[in-house]
Amino acid sequence: MSSLSDLPLEIRVGGALTSLDVRPLPAYAPVVCDFLGELSRVLLPTPEVRTFPDLAAFAYWCRPANLSRLARESSGHRHRIGRGLVLHIAPATVPINFAFSLAFGMLAGNANVVRIPDTQFAQVPILCGHLKRLFSRPEYARVAAMNRVVSYPRSDEITSALTAHCQARVLWGGDATVNHLRKRTVPPRCIDVAFADRYSLCLLDGKAVAEATDEALEQLAQGFFNDAYLMDQNACSSPQLVVWHGEASVVDQVMLRFWPAVERLTRQKYELAPVHAVDKFTQLCRIAIGSPEAVSTQRHGNFIYRIRLRDIPSNLEAQRGQFGIFREYVSGDLAWLPKVAGIRTQTLTCFGFDRHALAQQIINQGLVGIDRVVPVGRALDMGVVWDGYDVVDTLSRIIAAD
Amino acid sequence: MPGPIPSAPGLGDPAEWPTYSVSEPVKRRALLGELQRLTAWHASACRPYRDILEKMHHGRPVAVLEDLPFLPVRLFKHEKLVSVAASEVVKTMTSSGTSGHRPSEIFLDARTASLQSKVLSRIVTDVIGPQRLPMLVIDSAAMVADRTRFSARAAGVRGFSVFGRPVEYALDDQMQLDVPLILSFAERHADQDLLVFGFTSIVWQHLVTALEASGQRLPLARGVLIHGGGWKRMEAQAVDGAHFAARLDAVTGLKRVHNYYGMVEQAGSVFMECARGRLHTSTWSEIIIRDPLDFVPLPLGQRGLIQLLSVLPHSYPGHSILSEDEGEIVGVDDCPCGRMGTTFRVFGRVQDAEIRGCSDTWSPAHTG
Repeated sequence: MSSLSDLPLEIRVGGALTSLDVRPLPAYAPVVCDFLGELSRVLLPTPEVRTFPDLAAFAYWCRPANLSRLARESSGHRHRIGRGLVLHIAPATVPINFAFSLAFGMLAGNANVVRIPDTQFAQVPILCGHLKRLFSRPEYARVAAMNRVVSYPRSDEITSALTAHCQARVLWGGDATVNHLRKRTVPPRCIDVAFADRYSLCLLDGKAVAEATDEALEQLAQGFFNDAYLMDQNACSSPQLVVWHGEASVVDQVMLRFWPAVERLTRQKYELAPVHAVDKFTQLCRIAIGSPEAVSTQRHGNFIYRIRLRDIPSNLEAQRGQFGIFREYVSGDLAWLPKVAGIRTQTLTCFGFDRHALAQQIINQGLVGIDRVVPVGRALDMGVVWDGYDVVDTLSRIIAAD
Repeated sequence: MPGPIPSAPGLGDPAEWPTYSVSEPVKRRALLGELQRLTAWHASACRPYRDILEKMHHGRPVAVLEDLPFLPVRLFKHEKLVSVAASEVVKTMTSSGTSGHRPSEIFLDARTASLQSKVLSRIVTDVIGPQRLPMLVIDSAAMVADRTRFSARAAGVRGFSVFGRPVEYALDDQMQLDVPLILSFAERHADQDLLVFGFTSIVWQHLVTALEASGQRLPLARGVLIHGGGWKRMEAQAVDGAHFAARLDAVTGLKRVHNYYGMVEQAGSVFMECARGRLHTSTWSEIIIRDPLDFVPLPLGQRGLIQLLSVLPHSYPGHSILSEDEGEIVGVDDCPCGRMGTTFRVFGRVQDAEIRGCSDTWSPAHTG
């Protein structure tokens, strides 16, 4: 194994790699929960949290009440301990995921090396600053010794060198990145938690939307806006398809209620760059040319483009939009569910449905896809259960003493 | 619907239209008729175009030019759009391809190619007069001769070279000024105006700044410069039209400068700058400016995306194109130079913007 001391990387938080303490802790160890709770406490009142909603979401997630709940709900084995050292490769385009990944690794009882992306995001130095300050406190010495945040230009050599010392890796960034990172040798007992390309959709019950009060409709539109537009519709959880459940006569009317409400929000809150408007328009023309199942399109300015589908196409997961292009499908039943719940499908947001009943349908029908059934508005909420993994459980190991 | 072109109201056969002397109301009527005819023609002859009209435009009525459907220019890089049989295609033009992007392919039949030459000739002779002039190309002959690599520059030079006699190249194979050649050229043709032609950034870098660095001056006071290709590469140095002309004059004495704007995706769209500094639409073309947020047409003086209309494209559906350039309309039928029609200004390509998201791929830079 090559020495960690020689690696040409920049340490953003923590001491030298050679002084890393890789002895695992129990899962949900008090010192780790205290540390994250304190991080939450110092972050939440800062002005930056108002500027960056993702920073706010992370700070809120780390609060003591949430961590206690997670500890309680964690799988009930008596002897759960971290695996050792975990390498995290954060995604290039989501600023705050490196922090969630680090927190998951820490809660599982591990030492962690997190590679932040090359892209310059304001949230990263802000969070690193807080981590550094907390690391210097004597009560968190163990946490400081166990964790590093690093940066290095993409390098197979460095990644392999780090991997050789690891018992687990958390790989963000989609199919291409995951495939690439799996090409080089990984120690036999090192597991990968890989976040590959995912596809997500929104299911709306026509009658429920029709009967919603104006206030409830506004909330629904706001939730949909957040799900779709906050990440330019590029997050793995962003809805690509809107399925309306109900009779055509009801649904046609209720579309006239829903979409204008979403349009109002996009005009108020969404910054659509001219080059992206042109991108969307080009995409729409290509869809008109190349998709036989696309029957017609409708534009709400350049903010919302809708494509009415006659059928669910077999290559649904490849049919993605950006900046607000939605496929739309109407059905009186759930017969479309198997066509949509492929291995790539991650999140189904819904309104007017019993989520547990839907989850049960997925189990009853033996479908390989859909890892989350959540209310509209919660698509982007990160949690320890992600992409079907309980990440903290997966990153820890159980000592069987029965 | 092939066959003789029916006469547009009041103007007759487009091949015979006057270049700049038609007032806007008359021109609009004539264009509307032609462009509606072209839209219907391409819908019948080009399947992808018909799909776009059917699925996106739903048979909406067209009452004014602004109602006409338009295609985004980048679509020509992704889709093969042609309205005639392969056997009728006499010329295929390509735009510069950038890494990761195919180049646009524009298919011209005899009719479209002929109209394009004719229109270009009318527009250029309006600037240089009816005779061919001795022409100095600010580029190297090697660049133009190399037909293995497509170059928008080479295509531009070849296209404009028909207006020169003789045609000589001011730069050697190393892109250095061939001063003896230029001096000899100027002396041999001392009793005539000279046509000087080049890509904007090449003229800037290899003529203007090269002369400034060497301290030399060249006797090109009888020159008329026609240049195009965009100011993008010079944005960092904050060079605009006035600045460019002043610096050029200082090192060559050349005072007649005409920028032109156009794109290979639309035959017939050559917008020439007049002596008063405005870009002009000819009778065969029109400009609409659209708000990028919803494509609503914008009035004079408001900045937006440039849409180009041209009555020339018969063999491919390029008669109504939304570009990726931003501009504004300066005036209509009111240019002090005396030419009629819409005058406008081009600010440049829309800026790239970041994309958020989960996977690591970035939007490639929108160039070319």
